[in-house]
Amino acid sequence: MKKSFCVLLLALASLLAQAETVLRGTGDLGIVIERASGSVQIVDTTHQTVIGHVAGLGDLSHASAVFSRDQRYAYIFGRDGGLSKVDLLTATLVKRILQAGNSIGGAISQDGRLVVSQNYEPGGIKAFDAETLALVADVPSTYGSEGKRSKVVGLADLPGQRFAYALFDAGEIRITDLSDPAHPKTLAYPAGKQPYDGLVTPDGRYYIAGLFGEDGLALLDTWQPDQGVRKVLAGYGKGEEPLPVYKMPHLRGWSIANGRAYLPAIGRHEVLVVDTRSWEEVSRIAVKSQPVFVMARPDGREVWVNFAFPDNGWVQVIDTRSNTVSDTLQPGKAVLHMEFTPRGEAVWISARDDNRVNIYDTASHKVLRSFAAESPSGILFTARATRTGF
Amino acid sequence: MQRGLGLVMSLMAAVPALAQSSQPTLERQQTLIHMVRQDCGSCHGLTLKGGLGPALTADALHERSMDALAATIINGRPGTPMPPFQGLLNEADVQWIARQLLAGFPEIR
Ligand code: HEC
Repeated sequence: MKKSFCVLLLALASLLAQAETVLRGTGDLGIVIERASGSVQIVDTTHQTVIGHVAGLGDLSHASAVFSRDQRYAYIFGRDGGLSKVDLLTATLVKRILQAGNSIGGAISQDGRLVVSQNYEPGGIKAFDAETLALVADVPSTYGSEGKRSKVVGLADLPGQRFAYALFDAGEIRITDLSDPAHPKTLAYPAGKQPYDGLVTPDGRYYIAGLFGEDGLALLDTWQPDQGVRKVLAGYGKGEEPLPVYKMPHLRGWSIANGRAYLPAIGRHEVLVVDTRSWEEVSRIAVKSQPVFVMARPDGREVWVNFAFPDNGWVQVIDTRSNTVSDTLQPGKAVLHMEFTPRGEAVWISARDDNRVNIYDTASHKVLRSFAAESPSGILFTARATRTGF
Repeated sequence: MQRGLGLVMSLMAAVPALAQSSQPTLERQQTLIHMVRQDCGSCHGLTLKGGLGPALTADALHERSMDALAATIINGRPGTPMPPFQGLLNEADVQWIARQLLAGFPEIR
């Protein structure tokens, strides 16, 4: 009797010891989306290593993800309408639902309790309980008199359980208040032709929708939304024939640096720079091709830019003091995404057609490390959990 | 092998279709498959079941003619995000892509 108790104690002790060796935080973790194989790699940004792999996530072309506020879980939105909750610590798929026919991403509420998807088909947004993924609200993007539903783009969380998004087909910005998910309240603001994506400033105040159908961006002050949408950078194309856009740019709060917003022009090979107080144009910077991601290093000193097909092998770096291109890099074939580590000493760049992720030192612009990934696209780090609009 | 290919080619040449002039080489076809799935896929979806652009599956396109599809790819659709691929794709490429779309587009190998 006594003996077996001792054995039990010993076994328990060794179990505890084992558990101790695997205890870790998640603030330096992230995922690399492998778009063609429907899987993600789980990565550690401190040791620059791959620590896990999770498959079975469906069609991840154009996938994105948000993180739980404890930074343990990733909610991954697939093109096929799949929403998957992945545990980064155990590298397991906790739950997966099919919530729409065609989806392009999502957001998480200020309090971390609601995960919200934005859908093309059927058009609208849907909110889910972050714990269980149970549906708690369904807000169709109905517009006009015939009950048509618009494709939804640019979903971003705002303070107060609100979500801002834009309607591609209806040319509107909408704000839905989900503080009582059973009774969502939505307000609509005319925004301009064919909004293609949107961003909210890091303080959660301004929502900006990029417009495909006109030269300019739509700005809504969410502190005083009743003032309606104001056009910024209107007529930036100066009436010139736009160049073909082989991939739509992506907007997000990462484009704010040094008191300015660095925004991709549409149909022009330029990055537009606008002051975030006056919202007047400060400068425009000629770049290699159609910009897709225009991302500030977290300290705002540099902005890194990648480009649409067929110039997607290039990355350019903008110096935000002089607003000029300071470096031009060739990180690999089909550069789809970049992600800075939380404080920006490194940037991880996916090169889809090389099946590689390359990690750059942001001080020297040299490659620190490179590892294999299958058709990598989005790279997303858990520090996003602490930022409004991510 | 060589001969088999030659036979296929001459059979194709016998079909009085637009495509007969010049088929993309097999290598070029692989490049086109990759490009359509990945880069047209950024708007039409990797599975071509649609995204910002409509579905390009055989089902979705069955009422379209090959020439209409080819014209859309070459010229784009002004006023919509569909860009013109003139300059990136030649006539033979576009005819080949249009034919494959109507037949159900091949997977990346
Ligand atoms: C930047 C986004 C974008 C890219 C890239 C793109 N398309 Fe499109 N495409 C669209 C949109 C949007 C439409 C719908 C246009 C309309 O509303 O009439 C469309 C329409 C089409 C159509 C007509 C479908 C129909 O039902 O008539 C074809 C065919 C097509 N695209 C083929 C292609 C091919 C092939 C490629 C790559 C070589 C490609 N597209 C790349 C956005 C895109």
